[in-house]
Amino acid sequence: MLKDITLGQYFPGDTVAHRLDPRTKILLVVLYIVALFCADSLLAYGILAAVLAVCVRISRVGIRALVRGLKPVVFIIVFTGLLNLFFTPGEHILAEWGFLHVTAEGARNALFMVLRIMLLIMGTFLMTYTTSPISLTDGLERLLNWMKKLHVPVHELAMIMSIALRFIPTLIEETDKIMSAQKARGADFESGGIIQKAKALIPILVPLFISAFRRADELAVAMECRCYHGDEGRTKLHVLQYEGRDYAALALGAVITAGIIALRQFL
Amino acid sequence: MKDAIIETKDLTFSYPADEGAEPALVLKGVDLTIERGSFVVVLGHNGSGKSTLAKTFNGILLPCGGRVYVAGMDTQDENQLLAIRSTVGMVFQNPDNQIVANVVEEDVAFAPENLGVPSQEIRRRVDDALAAVGMSEFVRHAPHLLSGGQKQRIAIAGVLAMEPACIVLDEATAMLDPVGRREVLSAVHRLNQEKGITVVLITHHMNEAEDADRVVVMDDGKVALDGTPREVFTQVDALRSMGLTVPDTVDLLDRLCKDGLDVPLTALTVEACADAIYSAVAK
Amino acid sequence: MEPILQVQHLTHTYSVGTPFQRSAVEDMSFDVYDGEFLGIIGHTGSGKSTLIQHLNGLLRPTSGQILLHGKDIWAEPKKIRDVRFQVGLVFQYPEYQLFEETVYKDIAFGPTNQGKTGEELDRCVREAARLVGIRDDQLGKSPFELSGGQKRRVALAGVMAMEPDVLVLDEPTAGLDPAGRENLMANIRDYHRNKKRTIILVSHSMDEIAQNVDRILVLKSAHVLMSGAPAEVFARADELLSAGLDVPQVTRIAMGLRERGLAIDPAVYTVEALERELLALREGGAAC
Repeated sequence: MLKDITLGQYFPGDTVAHRLDPRTKILLVVLYIVALFCADSLLAYGILAAVLAVCVRISRVGIRALVRGLKPVVFIIVFTGLLNLFFTPGEHILAEWGFLHVTAEGARNALFMVLRIMLLIMGTFLMTYTTSPISLTDGLERLLNWMKKLHVPVHELAMIMSIALRFIPTLIEETDKIMSAQKARGADFESGGIIQKAKALIPILVPLFISAFRRADELAVAMECRCYHGDEGRTKLHVLQYEGRDYAALALGAVITAGIIALRQFL
Repeated sequence: MKDAIIETKDLTFSYPADEGAEPALVLKGVDLTIERGSFVVVLGHNGSGKSTLAKTFNGILLPCGGRVYVAGMDTQDENQLLAIRSTVGMVFQNPDNQIVANVVEEDVAFAPENLGVPSQEIRRRVDDALAAVGMSEFVRHAPHLLSGGQKQRIAIAGVLAMEPACIVLDEATAMLDPVGRREVLSAVHRLNQEKGITVVLITHHMNEAEDADRVVVMDDGKVALDGTPREVFTQVDALRSMGLTVPDTVDLLDRLCKDGLDVPLTALTVEACADAIYSAVAK
Repeated sequence: MEPILQVQHLTHTYSVGTPFQRSAVEDMSFDVYDGEFLGIIGHTGSGKSTLIQHLNGLLRPTSGQILLHGKDIWAEPKKIRDVRFQVGLVFQYPEYQLFEETVYKDIAFGPTNQGKTGEELDRCVREAARLVGIRDDQLGKSPFELSGGQKRRVALAGVMAMEPDVLVLDEPTAGLDPAGRENLMANIRDYHRNKKRTIILVSHSMDEIAQNVDRILVLKSAHVLMSGAPAEVFARADELLSAGLDVPQVTRIAMGLRERGLAIDPAVYTVEALERELLALREGGAAC
């Protein structure tokens, strides 16, 4: 059951969306988020939705996978929608039940808020679906390289992130195994109140932590044996390089974002 | 005398003890010379000091007394640390805990990346190393989906990418099933024969020692027996007293010998054993 | 002998309806008899681990049934926990499931979940500890201070203390050195002899299976390939080898001797038996 958890799942492929430099994709997502927060008209949202649709089409990821990504946050979307719908003050009251009243402004806000969250999530998911976690980490490390001058341990953070990504499946598998082993000793994870359920987690968490520490220890030795000594003088198997398509994509992204901001002024 | 790749001189070692307690020596004066190009199996029961010994071979543990030389370099010389570690590569027991990256090729590239090897050269080394362990087709796979034997071969490739002169396998077959164990053993035998890489295989599986050039048995922090597999395995009683079992072939020959049959104790493989018994019984 | 566990047409399919759909166990049927020591062998991927997780209800069959004392274990899904107390399962590398502050408390986890208290609980814990060779003065220690082999014994005791009718052991000696392996197997044999309870031993090691069990079940790609007494199974060494499985080293020596023309019984699979066989052959040879 734990195996069903997906964290930024990557769908391998060989489309332009996959081949873009990870740095380009991260920057594009940033631009896209800026545009989303500047959008304040149906037209602007329409344009952004169309842009997303085109990107999804190019990436061949399939809209279904993206919609599936929305599932865990349905509650948040509905909650924010309702909050905006019922609690936005305004002049034009459309309907009223007791203390709840729906205004025209509320309806508009609710719609925009829901669109914004959905487009935001689908956009970022599209990036993680088309970029392997390791090249994403690589891209982030390179993009934030300038922060090393401020003594921010960029390389170390990137290393931590990629090792975490590497060990997530291993630890999930291990959790499954420990749960089965404790169930075989009659552990009960289902019944009882919250306190009892929390207590029932101890037989899982203690072995899991102990094993994680042991793994960390062994991994550290293995990394040392393979001559790891920080990023001093380190080279890379895959060197990131901007290509023509990256410049084109970034230029297009910048133009669209500028357009969305301009729309604000004119409408 | 042949060239030594690893040489220990009166090596002693103890782990830091709890406060007030006297630290117990794990290695009690080990003098061992591993020749370049040889295939050496180190045997011993748990706690005999064999894994500790392995970790002194590339400076992960430093001697408390005595010296360890790797291709002439003293492991205590910090300036030589990277040269020493890229000369003697290590593969450990748990395949999951030595794979760093979540794509096979990225993992194999990890060591050369650390050594500052240029990108194109890394590419070549990664491809060569994966080919050498027969894992070329898995270059873009996620390691956690591979079998134990495959993961261990990736770990070996990761070490090979440093182009080491020697590979030390510290109980690297202990957690594998028979199939995985065979995969790993045939991979390291090939590396030894085809590329001339020195192999030090630390294990407690007796039958992994059958094809070795030399068998070293550790007991209580010291070298107890040292010689060819034939020389070592014929010492049935000594091995038993050190908590080790002998292969069934030797056990059977030993019993038949004691029953008065004229069989040699030196027939280690099944075929040689059957031959020896046949000629003794059919006479 | 009475069957205590009956596996009937068991099938288990993972990831139904996805491209990854695959049956780990397919239409498997066999009986386990009361008081026997059964060995199960097969490659990784032969369905062993999926099979044993059905025996105590950790997995639910896609189709087919598991009968315990003649009753379907899933007849009342709410009472599945009771099945887990009657069929004790010790996983591979069980020492990684230890979590309590003391050895005593960890062994007591299972029996406490079972509802045992007071003197009965104390008796179960101490007896299980004694069976696996854990000394009384070790019971108060933290399990994490013990050596690897001792941790494994504690984990084993944790399941034995539930006093299950059937004890299932998945690779109990994996990763131990020869002396550790032999000691642990001796403890398990003692348990079997003293308690007269059923044991199912899953192992990769043909030699270990050959030396310990009454009956062997050989699995291959989700099916039962063959079953029978060790002598019967190893007499079919050719089939085992062509299925990619090992046979004990002694069986291979005996095969080699037969090829060379010696009349060795195909059912021989231990060093002692082959020795006797060869001595008899020499006597016979001397006589004629």
